[in-house]
Amino acid sequence: MRTYVTRRLLQGALVLWLVSLLIFSLVRILPGDAVIMQLDQAAAPTPEVLARARQELGLDRSFLDQYRTWIAGAVRGDLGRSLITRRPVTQELLKRINLTAHLAVMSLTIALLIALPVGVFSAVRQDTTGDYVGRLLAILGLSIPDFWLATVVITFLAIWFRWIPPVGFAPLWVDPARCLSQLTIPAVIIGVRLAAVSMRMTRSSLLEVLRQDYIRTARAKGAREGAVIVRHAVKNACIPVVTIIGQQFSVLLGGTVIVEFIFLQPGVGSLMLDAVLLRDYTLIQGAVLFFATVIVVINLLVDVSYAWFDPRLRYR
Amino acid sequence: MSALIVLALVLVAILAPVLAPRDPYAFNLNERGLPIRMQAPSVAFPLGTDPLGRDVLSRIVYGSRVSLIVGFASVVIGTLLGTVLGLVSGYWEGRPDSVIQRAVDTAMSVPGIVLALAVMSVLGQSLVNIILVIALVIAPGASRVVRGTVLAVKQETFVDAAQALGASPGRVVARHVLPNVFAPILVIATVWLGNAIVIEAALSFLGLGTPPPTPTWGGMLGGEGRRNLETAPHLAIFPGVAISVVVLAFNMLGDALRDLLDPRLRNR
Repeated sequence: MRTYVTRRLLQGALVLWLVSLLIFSLVRILPGDAVIMQLDQAAAPTPEVLARARQELGLDRSFLDQYRTWIAGAVRGDLGRSLITRRPVTQELLKRINLTAHLAVMSLTIALLIALPVGVFSAVRQDTTGDYVGRLLAILGLSIPDFWLATVVITFLAIWFRWIPPVGFAPLWVDPARCLSQLTIPAVIIGVRLAAVSMRMTRSSLLEVLRQDYIRTARAKGAREGAVIVRHAVKNACIPVVTIIGQQFSVLLGGTVIVEFIFLQPGVGSLMLDAVLLRDYTLIQGAVLFFATVIVVINLLVDVSYAWFDPRLRYR
Repeated sequence: MSALIVLALVLVAILAPVLAPRDPYAFNLNERGLPIRMQAPSVAFPLGTDPLGRDVLSRIVYGSRVSLIVGFASVVIGTLLGTVLGLVSGYWEGRPDSVIQRAVDTAMSVPGIVLALAVMSVLGQSLVNIILVIALVIAPGASRVVRGTVLAVKQETFVDAAQALGASPGRVVARHVLPNVFAPILVIATVWLGNAIVIEAALSFLGLGTPPPTPTWGGMLGGEGRRNLETAPHLAIFPGVAISVVVLAFNMLGDALRDLLDPRLRNR
């Protein structure tokens, strides 16, 4: 198990290094834009002004030299300075991580609170009206784009209830009421898709498990149906569900970009979007690396969690 | 049913000049020569007009063209690329597999929309760039599906038989492996068509998609729709319904194809 975790850690580090290389190369395809963004838009910059700006930003050095400096800083937690605000990128990210983390965790929790009971119910009551309703809701959840749902929800809340999300984030442990009132609706919107995917996977996986011999054995021994499902079936059906949650976490984080933008929430997602719109390349690099790090860590946790769900894996 | 909706969408896109009641770019004017701005749905304008007096129904009809072009082109490019990578990775394994899988891990460790935003910020807004970006998001997932199927198909006796008869690796892949990979590719491509339409709409919604004045569903929703939510909600509602119905149809078609091509999965 330890060897397995070590190997996955090394793979994760390799992936992060490759992401850093990819994003660093990508934003340097058109380095001129980054320079021009720094200069007065009204006046056409002279070659001398452009050269000076490039020197100030370190863009006159070789690609490898620039990358070496950036990655060495990134390892120490220094991701450079924003091209627009001139503030350290790490500081900008740290200011906003809390909100995005709250949103992601709340979305995940809401998605699981919906998906697991509905998925189990749908599998246990296969081909009943309840099952059809559950499946219909799941496919609807997969089909309604989050940006449209967020737009419609915010409109109707504003028109009918004169409610707009409070501005200024307060962590759950500081002001739970404010935090919940600010983030619950965005979290539900982000969680809808994950709930739909997880519900379908829970149902499908549980149907598979319910046909296994050990379930028949448990029933033959006289175990109550509830105990068979909860104690024998659900835990064994969880591995594919956890896998899909790990895969979909990337989509969930992508959802934070759009939903934070629509609900005007100052998280890493909206920071990333602002950076893209302003072509703030150092900030884009930092935000992409942040998202990649979160996904690599989540995938690692998912892989390690398999051992809890299936103890046989601990001895491999 | 889902196939009918998809077919209807294709027909609407092809026959847009015939089906659209008005010019999607024209500013419709009243008798005083002023634009008929943000009119609610009426007989003359079944889905209303936008802030410039353009007919929303006509713009939605024409918007289907962008959605379909982006959807089909990006899915074809993405799945082709993913299939080639998956075949090489799964059939030859070893070093090519390690290199390709690390590249796939890298691409999959960045959320699709984040990757698309970063690439679009560098490449700039155009239809071709959107197609390429979405293909880039699709390819890694497609390659994983193909690789998994190839690894399973390689264990089959007909592959051993072909190799024993002296068939070259290229021939084994083309004649014996590829046909067996086709079914999962078709299913994933159908579902990805819906996802590609959503990504295109999301990019347009955020102002990074197809540049105006080309009508796109995401652009209509994110631009005039979002800016006039309280006064003219129809501007946001109708394009959103169009996106949702089409994505729903592709998702249901994907499910139906999966059941058809793999009966073991029926009712799962």
